Amino acid sequence: MFDTLSENLGSIFDRLTRRGALSEAQVEEALGEIRKALLEADVALPVVRSFIDQVRPLAVGSNVLKSVTPGQQVIKIVNDALIDMLGAPAPLKFDAVPPVVMMMVGLQGSGKTTSTGKLAKFITETEKRKVLMASLDTQRPAAMQQLAVLGEQTGIQTLPIVDGQAPVDIAKRAVQAGKLGGFDVVMLDTAGRTNADEALMAEMAAIEKAAAPTETLLVADSLTGQEAVNIAAQFAARVTLSGILLTRADGDGRGGAALSMRYVTGVPIKFLGVGEAIDKLELFDPQRLANRILGMGDVVGLVERAAETMDAEKAEKIAARMKKGQFTLDDMAAQLKQMQAMGGMSGVLGMLPSSLLGGGKMKKQLAALDMDERELLRQAAIVSSMTRGERDNPKLMNASRKRRVAGGSGTSVQDVNKVLKMHRQMADMMKKMGKGGLANMMGGLTGSMGGNMGANMEGGSMPQMPSLDPNNLPDLSKLGGDAPADFLKGLGLPNSGPKKK
Amino acid sequence: MSLWSRLKSGLSRSSEALGNSLSGLMGGKKLSAETLGELEDALIMADLGVATAAIITDNLRARRDLAELDDGALRAALAGEIAALLEPVESTFSVSSHQPHVILLAGVNGAGKTTTIGKLAKKFQAEGKTVMLAACDTFRAAASEQLQGWGARAKVRGIAGAAGADAAGLAFQALEQAQADKIDVLMIDTAGRLQSNDNLMAELSKIIRVAKKLDATAPHESLLILDATTGQNAIAQAEAFLGAAQTTGLIMTKLDGTARGGGLVPIAQKLALPIYFIGVGEQADDLQVFSANGFARALVGLEEEAG
Repeated sequence: MFDTLSENLGSIFDRLTRRGALSEAQVEEALGEIRKALLEADVALPVVRSFIDQVRPLAVGSNVLKSVTPGQQVIKIVNDALIDMLGAPAPLKFDAVPPVVMMMVGLQGSGKTTSTGKLAKFITETEKRKVLMASLDTQRPAAMQQLAVLGEQTGIQTLPIVDGQAPVDIAKRAVQAGKLGGFDVVMLDTAGRTNADEALMAEMAAIEKAAAPTETLLVADSLTGQEAVNIAAQFAARVTLSGILLTRADGDGRGGAALSMRYVTGVPIKFLGVGEAIDKLELFDPQRLANRILGMGDVVGLVERAAETMDAEKAEKIAARMKKGQFTLDDMAAQLKQMQAMGGMSGVLGMLPSSLLGGGKMKKQLAALDMDERELLRQAAIVSSMTRGERDNPKLMNASRKRRVAGGSGTSVQDVNKVLKMHRQMADMMKKMGKGGLANMMGGLTGSMGGNMGANMEGGSMPQMPSLDPNNLPDLSKLGGDAPADFLKGLGLPNSGPKKK
Repeated sequence: MSLWSRLKSGLSRSSEALGNSLSGLMGGKKLSAETLGELEDALIMADLGVATAAIITDNLRARRDLAELDDGALRAALAGEIAALLEPVESTFSVSSHQPHVILLAGVNGAGKTTTIGKLAKKFQAEGKTVMLAACDTFRAAASEQLQGWGARAKVRGIAGAAGADAAGLAFQALEQAQADKIDVLMIDTAGRLQSNDNLMAELSKIIRVAKKLDATAPHESLLILDATTGQNAIAQAEAFLGAAQTTGLIMTKLDGTARGGGLVPIAQKLALPIYFIGVGEQADDLQVFSANGFARALVGLEEEAG
């Protein structure tokens, strides 16, 4: 969707040749685009208005830095303001006489029960506290069993189910059981309710009164639309919220609801649910969410995933060699393997800002070309069928050697040629490093793994991960045209890659 | 209770919300460019999206009698514009005599699939049809139990597999059973999935492929369940499920909250998928037939048309 924001801003400001302070008219036009982008990201209109009013005085008259375009300057101001408005992450509070009671509230289907399980696991493992979970959901069929099953899966105790007990009584029983059983934390998973259901909203308030929770977390779907403000306000009016847990943040939604809810309630966003598995819970990071709302991709997430999957030592070696312009077939095989570990092409591309890939359309096309895993395996087999000498110096590969390698890897000479060609293209691309261009993305990733990212970034084309300084964005946006095609080639998709425009 | 009053009681909060913002901006004045802008904002706040809101206001702006419209007439005109976009997708849901009539239900997590299936089961039973449920959500803890709970409430047979079982295999088994038992309607409940998860979306395609091995015409309906509180992502959901699950129709749930469900309008405009029902409550009877005119009028805070 953000195809759009930086492009639109770009087209507004491209018309200006003169640099200097931004005029009011220019800022108004830019703010119109930002308003649209925020609305498309599902930020609620009243919140958008207030946000724009906050940004306007910051943007008007601000001096455009030499290194950036006016469009980027505005994006930076917006990005900073967005991070500011999203607020700093806040830890869970445990400052109460145990058992500390945590109550989960929210609409039906927002993901309370799954989140209760995830949070209980998080508290058990990270905080090393003993947790008891209790389901107060007497409405939905099998809701209590769902939590019991989650308890079995995670090894976290759940309050035995007593049929026919009212939610307030279950809450009291849970707190009592927590006291007697020596639990540090008692988690109450309440029934989902619509904010329009007066009886259930009153019941929620009664549970709060009976259980006196230290944390009352609003569990909300990050795909929520304009309604987010009303939902948040109405829950906040009935119970004292202490934080927000946003679910389904792993989807392709832009997550504007987070800003709406934070704005209305003033309580911190504490966690993000990022997948169905029980360990898919992340601490909230305003910077990353701001990037996402503005459609700037999740470069930090990409780096994190790379860090998880990559052998840092090996990466450092490759990076050092690439700096010297050396790039062997072994290096390429290692790169391909890493790509695969990071979730393939689509996984990586999904996290890159669309501006880097020449707009959302290109991004979609690229994502559609997910790398065939079997192809990757075949390529790896070809490389490992070569001798060490051949791998270091592919020029040795004559017809007879190619036949041998093809036989050894169970492929054809054509396949071997393909791999060699791919290597040549990738090596060429590596040479271009430092001049700017998408090649730097790979280089940047490997470099950052080695922990000396700055040193590798002679061209300065990468945002300074992990802090992603928007000041560096203009360089990213210059990478249009052939860059994606080169990037693809480098990743081993020379023949199936999209046609250059 | 008439259809309208049921629909309206479900949508009354939506209409109040949009209606209030409309009254607020009109204040009895005649329409100006500024009020049109505010009107556009009111539509955006109902989740119609920036683009669709602009189209509707532009259409309104083009009317020659604009200057003469008062509050009531403006609402009627607005409802007319919205209804015009929704009418092409207002469709009657029917079950063929083919045995079993296979209905696949899909959607993102928490949209209300299982609850909707429970409601549909009750409706089909009331029509004298035999119903079977296949609980193919083998992923979420106790999802099968939830469906069986609904099944028990509606006294319907359910087929469930072990946790982690292959969803497509289970669907195959259920269809085989339904064929042998000459069941009228087989509903296949699937695990909730985000449309960005390619593997899980491919599983939906697989369920359909496998069902076709037993009955080349199955599934006879593939319904996408949308949550009314969802924002602009609903459009992406509809597009993705249309691709993977060959969606043939939509049901929007949770219209009993304050959410307005305006997301249906851009979806109707873009994808022209039939809209069959709206869910306006937790009770088994709270599944209402979708009416373009009723929905549009309720959305802008108008009473039912006389007659």
